[in-house]
Amino acid sequence: MKFYRTHVLVAQDTKSILAGSKRIEETLIEEIKLAGLENEIRVIPTGSLGYSENNQVAIAIYPDNIIYAPVLTSSVKEIVEEHFLKGRIIKALAHPMKHKEISMEERTSENQLNIDVQKRIILKNVGQINPESIHEYIAADGYMALEKALSEMTPESVIEEMKTSELRGRGGAGFPTGLKWQFTRPNPGPTKYVICNADEGEPGTFKDREIMEGDPHKMVEGMILAAYAVGGTDGYIYIRGEYNLSINRLQKAIDACYEYGLLGKNILGTDFSFDLCIHTGAGAYICGEETALINSIEGKRGEPRKKPPYPPSQGLWQKPTLVNNVETFANVPAIINHGGEWYKTLGVEGSYGTKLFSLMGDLNWKGTIEIPFGTTIGKIVDTIGHGVRYDRVLKGIILGGSSGSLIVPGELNTPIDFQSLSRIEAGPGSGSILVMDETRCIVDICLNIAEFFRHESCGKCTPCREGNAQICHLLEMISYGYGLPEDLEKLERIANTMMETSFCPLGQTAPSVLLQALKKFRGEFLAHIDENICPAGVCEINFVEEECSCG
Amino acid sequence: MEEKKHLLEQLHEIQNNDDKHYLPKEKVVELAKKHGYDLAQVYGVETFYTMYSTKPRGKHIIRICENQSCHMANSKKLIRHMEAILNISVGETTEDGFFTLELSSCLGMCSVSPAMMIDEVPYGNLTEDRIDEILATYKEDK
Ligand SMILES: Cc1cc2nc3c(=O)[nH]c(=O)nc-3n(C[C@H](O)[C@H](O)[C@H](O)COP(=O)(O)O)c2cc1C
Ligand code: FES
Repeated sequence: MKFYRTHVLVAQDTKSILAGSKRIEETLIEEIKLAGLENEIRVIPTGSLGYSENNQVAIAIYPDNIIYAPVLTSSVKEIVEEHFLKGRIIKALAHPMKHKEISMEERTSENQLNIDVQKRIILKNVGQINPESIHEYIAADGYMALEKALSEMTPESVIEEMKTSELRGRGGAGFPTGLKWQFTRPNPGPTKYVICNADEGEPGTFKDREIMEGDPHKMVEGMILAAYAVGGTDGYIYIRGEYNLSINRLQKAIDACYEYGLLGKNILGTDFSFDLCIHTGAGAYICGEETALINSIEGKRGEPRKKPPYPPSQGLWQKPTLVNNVETFANVPAIINHGGEWYKTLGVEGSYGTKLFSLMGDLNWKGTIEIPFGTTIGKIVDTIGHGVRYDRVLKGIILGGSSGSLIVPGELNTPIDFQSLSRIEAGPGSGSILVMDETRCIVDICLNIAEFFRHESCGKCTPCREGNAQICHLLEMISYGYGLPEDLEKLERIANTMMETSFCPLGQTAPSVLLQALKKFRGEFLAHIDENICPAGVCEINFVEEECSCG
Repeated sequence: MEEKKHLLEQLHEIQNNDDKHYLPKEKVVELAKKHGYDLAQVYGVETFYTMYSTKPRGKHIIRICENQSCHMANSKKLIRHMEAILNISVGETTEDGFFTLELSSCLGMCSVSPAMMIDEVPYGNLTEDRIDEILATYKEDK
């Protein structure tokens, strides 16, 4: 094996590739060769460094612990000549905080660059290893949990450990993972399915992508552990058709596992066998709902099923089926390695561990973050997001996606955990934090959300199909200045009916942001209706008072 | 793994291998016959999922996101711009059969909004100028 004195990690996640990181990687390799350093310096593609600004490429250099950003193709030569040849740090490009000596161990935990309230457990390897190399994953303690489980633990004790950790599902509903596994295990086989829900369709959510692009093996290891625990024989990763990079990396990970005896027959020489494959979706938000997802794999329209029976007893092809989210599975290896009690040292009571969030909107910094439960919303906005853009005033936050909740500035001190959020009628939901500044119009935002649900309603039940269409119509009229005073009560009535009578959670949660907006920003709706003005100046009000023709 | 037929994957395959990126009727009928699917079931599936098309489409498929984050980054304006330069409306194909313009739900690229995909390639941080540049690169290899 070759020893390199320096490793250069180039982020190759979707965001960085968009900013030109492929070209940077090629140029680095070329320049390093030109300088004759190809046996000393190694360039490694990795996941997101959790750091780069929009449209910028960042590279990390170890063991020097330097991050350079933004790196342009024109600056590569300088980096090679100054840093790699002469050992001089280019101060102008190095991230200020990186001048502090931070060890690799620390870096991955608390002192992660500008984002020191973050704690990286799930994303520990993202931005640190090459996601396409099983060797690097193994070198980072990968598949150690699987080995431990298969050699030292019974399936029951794996489930016990998961129950001890009190991990709650990260797909939206927050169901205790250990319990779900426990319900699945006793159901009769021989065929039992384990499905990873990688449909990630909730608008404003891209955290699962970060795992799949940056550390696909972690999720795969979590799935194999789950299969061992519940007696799973066949696995599917149901992934949305648009996530090409994730699909490629997951396929590479699966292929490598088969090659190394981590998937297939007699895994690691035991009598436990498990097969895994990828199933791509075809663009339907409802297929993120677990029973619709199951129908979709069966080759049907993605319409949800009646529950009960729940998937653990009757799921895919009527067989017992375990469905968990990508992030849920990605938590499993660390819990098995360090124990459920260790996991509970992170987070707060009732909401243990860390949680990924997709941070976006009118902020200075956007991207995927990992924080321990209990961090306040305000801290995330100010410290990680570096505050609202252009020094504007915060208007509100949509938390948990389009089906989530609307947070107002007065609620910023709320810690992000299941209990605290439920007190303000919110929840972490899909893990999306969309920040809106004062220039946003609430009617326009609600209309945009309603249009999404009108499009994505599967059409199976009337309240959701018709309700979303009616909400769209009413909001559109209001946005053009044609709203009537009674429209607000009408909206509330439709929304409440949908929440109570829709067949599945899509229709039940579709109007939740609207209902909160009607409460928290009622004045703004009224301004559109009574005064025909859009206070934020967004809506194209074209209402004209009709001349009275009777004279 | 036990050989299960996965209709969605089979339809993806037909569509990806078709020059016009759609599901031609004869191919679908053939598939249904071969695997014993009900034709109504296949038609139901084809029309349920937005990534499938029952009508012929262009060589390249442009899908612009219109959800929250992109909407806030003014994707409406970009959609209008795209319609103007391609001289088509959303859902249509250019006369030369080169581009089809479609809208899409969130593409998971909200931190680089506004975003779109052309075929399998994602693009973010779009502006009108950037769109002109990107489309020009496709025109080159026409
Ligand atoms: C309309 C709708 C969309 C959903 N979309 C997703 C999704 O994209 N990803 C996901 O993991 N769960 C999604 N869910 C939740 C799943 O139904 C299910 O609860 C989850 O996959 C269970 O995994 P967990 O226990 O690990 O959270 C969705 C639910 C609904 C009602
Ligand atoms: S909202 Fe457009 S990519 Fe997510």
